[in-house]
Amino acid sequence: MAKVEAEVGKRPEGMLGGLVKWIDERFPMTSTLEYHVTKYYAAKSFNWWYVFGVLAFVVLAIQLITGIFLTMNYKPSAEEAFASVEYIMRDVEWGWLIRYLHSTGASFFFIVVYLHMFRAMLYGSYKKPRELIWLIGMLIFFVLMAEAFAGYLLPWGQMSYWGAQVIISLFGAIPVVGDGIVEFIRGDYSISDITLNRFFALHVIALPLALIGLVFVHIVALHEVGSNNPDGIEIKKNKGPDGVPLDGVAFHPYHTSKDLVAILVFLMIFSAVVFFAPEMGGYFLEHANFEPANLRATPEHIAPVWYFTPFYAILRAVPDKLWGFILFGLSVVLPVFLPWLDRSRVRSIRYRGWIYKFALTVFVITFLTLGWLGVQPAEGVYVLMARIFTVLYFAFFLLMPYYTTIDKTKPVPERVVYHG
Amino acid sequence: MTEDDADRIDRNRRHFLTVAAAATGAVGAGFVAVPFLASLKPSARAQALGAPVEVPLGSIQPGEMVRVLWRGKLIFVLRRSDAMLDTLGEGLDSLRDPNSEVVDQQPDYAANETRSLRPEWLVVEGSCTHLGCAPLEDFQPRPVEGWGGGFFCPCHGSKFDLAGRVYKGVPAPSNLRVPPYRFVRDDLILIGQDSGVA
Repeated sequence: MAKVEAEVGKRPEGMLGGLVKWIDERFPMTSTLEYHVTKYYAAKSFNWWYVFGVLAFVVLAIQLITGIFLTMNYKPSAEEAFASVEYIMRDVEWGWLIRYLHSTGASFFFIVVYLHMFRAMLYGSYKKPRELIWLIGMLIFFVLMAEAFAGYLLPWGQMSYWGAQVIISLFGAIPVVGDGIVEFIRGDYSISDITLNRFFALHVIALPLALIGLVFVHIVALHEVGSNNPDGIEIKKNKGPDGVPLDGVAFHPYHTSKDLVAILVFLMIFSAVVFFAPEMGGYFLEHANFEPANLRATPEHIAPVWYFTPFYAILRAVPDKLWGFILFGLSVVLPVFLPWLDRSRVRSIRYRGWIYKFALTVFVITFLTLGWLGVQPAEGVYVLMARIFTVLYFAFFLLMPYYTTIDKTKPVPERVVYHG
Repeated sequence: MTEDDADRIDRNRRHFLTVAAAATGAVGAGFVAVPFLASLKPSARAQALGAPVEVPLGSIQPGEMVRVLWRGKLIFVLRRSDAMLDTLGEGLDSLRDPNSEVVDQQPDYAANETRSLRPEWLVVEGSCTHLGCAPLEDFQPRPVEGWGGGFFCPCHGSKFDLAGRVYKGVPAPSNLRVPPYRFVRDDLILIGQDSGVA
């Protein structure tokens, strides 16, 4: 009996093994899995800052799946769009859940991506040889912003319409060709059914394809040079006799099991928002957007969704239209140059001096304050504050070559260090 | 291939052919791109829907304003009372472009004191020249604040007077735009088309 069981137990494995062999002769399945998953070694000293890449991947999956199902009931026309979203919310079985997952997912995408970017700034993950990973990451961020902006027009509510009006009008600030560009983006003399239709195409096809492609090359580039770590040292410098970095452990099963905990915690918070506060007090879904677009009246108070507000505050801080547009554009683009602005000899904040720690702290406060100012009315003390923090925002980047050069650094250890 | 053959390869010629083929391909790609880019421009239907609109003026009393849509853009048609017209000559120092010198913002025939064909009738686009929000009308003059009445943008606080002229110190860079229009009869205007220019 035992013998039979052993034979039965062995057979599927043999079949599976045969199948794997058959595929491997025709497609690099096992070698790819090993290279990227089971034999991809990342530092064993990863802390919780290192879960946001995986979480961004999870949110991307949520957005893609919920997005496909929303597309099945949504109608991309000015006549029907608003009503079709109401239809999804009220008449489609579980439609409200799918839509709230998608709208909440948009905000969480930015939360996760901002934290992921901040991790790179903490530990100098953008520094040589990982500049290209950072550049691809910034491209992903730009596409994500475009994706979120295009998606926000689709419900065709008051804030959809007037928010798009304001942002598209920004391009009108460009001398000479500005008005032509604005008309080209809209495809009409004003934001209309035509604009809605093309934003739908961008939101459901063009930009997601670009996003997936960029995420793919982001990971390929990462796995070529290897992950950074909280000490900012190269674990590949110290390898054991088997060629495996002494401070590294395989992505699977070691990092994946830790990531699973992070994913569960993330999903608990995510679900709490989806079920108990999907509008998040008007920050995730703005109140004005529960009214259909009215071409004859702008809402009293117009503000973008929270994830754009730091940049929007910079735009409003400038009393000139063209310069407002230029500084707004620069504030979005400047982080691209971090690998070259940062002249420090060390990567990780653990071994940097007080100057960088101070600068980064001020930057975080600046970014959060600008975000808060972006939803306040542009008047009185808010304008003055926005101007002060705009200066601080630019100072962080533009003075970086100087203060990272004079900052006293501490010696970097050979091997990874555990803190607590 | 023998060594003799390798010597006979003309590398310059190969390089030239490679570059020439690539350049030809690039030009072809450029031509193919044109239809795709052109398809993003306003379509024939969008242009047709952008045809001029007629606005009857008969029922509009002095001091009243109507809102109409032309090409999906909001247009204000305001019948200015005598008291309103009187304010236009005052406080010109606080205006950025009191004499309508920025040519793009109005047809030539509206580059005058009242920014209109006929002083009584103001026709302007209801789109703030800052970022395109729709200004609100606020026609109550408040002499204390130096405000003769006009338009106020709720988005970023730009102010315009009763001729759509922008005040200084606000984010909007220029006066409200005057669309092309003409009087068909005394009590009917056509927005989107003017008499003189084609």
